[in-house]
Amino acid sequence: MSDFWIHLLVYLVILFGFVIVSVLIFIWLERRLIGRFQLRPGPNRAGPFGLLQPIADAIKVLIKEDIIPSEADKGVFWLAPLVAFVPVMLMFAAIPFADGVMLVDLNIGILYILAVSSVTVIGIFMAGWSSNSKYSLLGAMRTIAQEVSYEIPLVLSILGVVMLTGSLSMNEIVKAQDVPFILLQPLGFFVYLSAAMAEVNRTPFDLLEAESEIIAGFHTEYSGMKFGLFYLMEYAEVLAVSAIATTLFLGGWQGPLLHPVFWFIAKVLLVFMFIIWVRATLPRLRIDQVMAFGWKFLLPLSLANLVITAFEILIAPDINTAVLIGINIAVMFGLILLFSRFYKLGGGRVSIK
Amino acid sequence: MAIKTENFILNIGPQHPSTHGVFRLRIVLDGEVITDLEPVFGYLHRGIEKLAEGRTYLQDIPFTDRLDYLGSMTNNHAYVMAVEKLAGITVPERAEYIRVILDELQRIASHLAGLGFFLNDLGALQTPLLYMFREREKIVELFDMCSGQRLNYNYYRFGGFVQDLPEEFLPALKILLDTLPGFIDEYEQLISTNEIVLIRTKGVGVLKRDLAINSSAAGPVLRASGINWDIRRNDPYSIYNRFEFDIPIAKNGDTYDRYMIRILEMRQSVRILRQAVKDLPEGEIMGKAPKLLKPPAGEVYSRIEGPKGELGFYLVSDGTDKPYRWRVRPPCLLNLSALKDMVVGWKVADLMAIFGSIDIVMGEVDR
Repeated sequence: MSDFWIHLLVYLVILFGFVIVSVLIFIWLERRLIGRFQLRPGPNRAGPFGLLQPIADAIKVLIKEDIIPSEADKGVFWLAPLVAFVPVMLMFAAIPFADGVMLVDLNIGILYILAVSSVTVIGIFMAGWSSNSKYSLLGAMRTIAQEVSYEIPLVLSILGVVMLTGSLSMNEIVKAQDVPFILLQPLGFFVYLSAAMAEVNRTPFDLLEAESEIIAGFHTEYSGMKFGLFYLMEYAEVLAVSAIATTLFLGGWQGPLLHPVFWFIAKVLLVFMFIIWVRATLPRLRIDQVMAFGWKFLLPLSLANLVITAFEILIAPDINTAVLIGINIAVMFGLILLFSRFYKLGGGRVSIK
Repeated sequence: MAIKTENFILNIGPQHPSTHGVFRLRIVLDGEVITDLEPVFGYLHRGIEKLAEGRTYLQDIPFTDRLDYLGSMTNNHAYVMAVEKLAGITVPERAEYIRVILDELQRIASHLAGLGFFLNDLGALQTPLLYMFREREKIVELFDMCSGQRLNYNYYRFGGFVQDLPEEFLPALKILLDTLPGFIDEYEQLISTNEIVLIRTKGVGVLKRDLAINSSAAGPVLRASGINWDIRRNDPYSIYNRFEFDIPIAKNGDTYDRYMIRILEMRQSVRILRQAVKDLPEGEIMGKAPKLLKPPAGEVYSRIEGPKGELGFYLVSDGTDKPYRWRVRPPCLLNLSALKDMVVGWKVADLMAIFGSIDIVMGEVDR
């Protein structure tokens, strides 16, 4: 019994430290990389290579005045950052950093992560609603529409992996990947990454806080550490999404020669850098286009992926892996090209009387 | 049971990331759809037109810099040309060539800034903006060489220029002209065929041909609606009739066309610049103009094709050294007048795209 508690306590502290430190590094990395993408050096004043910049930012956020709008619903306004932030931290409990190195090896690991992660939406909506600001309300409306619809393709894309493994445990999923599932489930990976980027509001799906439209969306009225928590939450979410993508599709901690933790972090960084790359490159979609992309494009694709995976498992269980990879990649490109021809994203002008 | 619903009135601006200064929009929303729109101007009103009446003609040149501050050179040109017409001052050949060179450089710089901010409004973070500012920076440096300023140049004088081009100007300009088309190709590659840009802009915010004429839109906004009207061709001023260039016309009048027209115009400007640099004669840069200008009593309207459209100056002289009336025809303000018809029925995100594609500068709208 006592062993369990010591493991829990030590691990909680390590996990919390890991998440906070990686978020700080991610913020630095993103600002540096985006600086480079945009032909400028990025932050380079605080410390070597600007490494202390996120710490300076954190101190600034901590000592800022905490403003609560006079018309705000104060209780909900206070609670919202916590409701949004805590589930993101909880997600890390079931992510394996190495073989069995995780807070709890739940036998329903991936289900737990999905369930917990969807609570964040409520926090964001609470923030948008309680601020009593019109921009925040618009952001909150978009939250409900976008995040709830993208939950469905997200879950369906993960189901393919679960079918291949036959287990919901994150550790078992990693162990089952002799070949990284990105090769066996390329379509699933594509759908997962698109849906996940919409879930964590990254460009081109960053409608919740579309700067050029609704200023900062749901956290327009937040300042001080409450804003800091939202900021932290966003990056922790990206970290979580990268970690899940790594675990489910990129072979998790598996890798030759080097320590598993190194491989895990390297792969997480790879996914994260891809997300930054997309952010620096693409413009934003419109709300109706985002919805159409989710319902008309990602959902059918994820269902098709599910059916194809089921067929492959049932009909040809002993097929050569190399052949299977070839078939899967061909099917992915075929389906994506086919679907992109069929659907026109978004509606046109609405006639106003 | 029907739920009672209400329209949502949203006040955008005057402080907002994509109102390009201090513009205010009062929009009525039904969900995300805009059902009504009312623009509110005047937050940057400095009374330039009245102020100009209290100063001499020469002292008024700096005011023109501060109208459309992304197009100071062309503003200078429009005003100086009006006064020259009023006082009958002739401009030497070399000065006319330099004016064309500076005008076209200013057109490219203004279009680059306008397109960059437009893409910013589309939500492309700041990447395209900063890429376009890379090229604008080179043009600004050229202007810095000749006028000593980076934003408000105050370089034109009645009859010519305050000083001749410095030695290093032409070599730097030639390097720019060699590299610029390549960079425009790069923008086209990255943006013009980008799937998201296409679905966000094609068919969005159409300004119909008739409405474009009736709202007296001008410049790229008018030409995107399919009307072949360019002052450089239809009412030639300076020495524009000596150069070969095309007037790009689009036909749909949507946001994408307004974007594309500007890209094509930059290419044509490079073409004009190449010819002007090749033919640039030696000689005087200042015509005969009195130190204290007292134009004969009378009135004049003179216009040029600025980067944003027809920029005109209407001056009334009563024979003294100060103008009696000093009036600007602001293309930015007039291009905005059809905003409601373009925006109503589209969504909030489209409003920003359409607004950005008109490319306004508040300094000129409010004056």
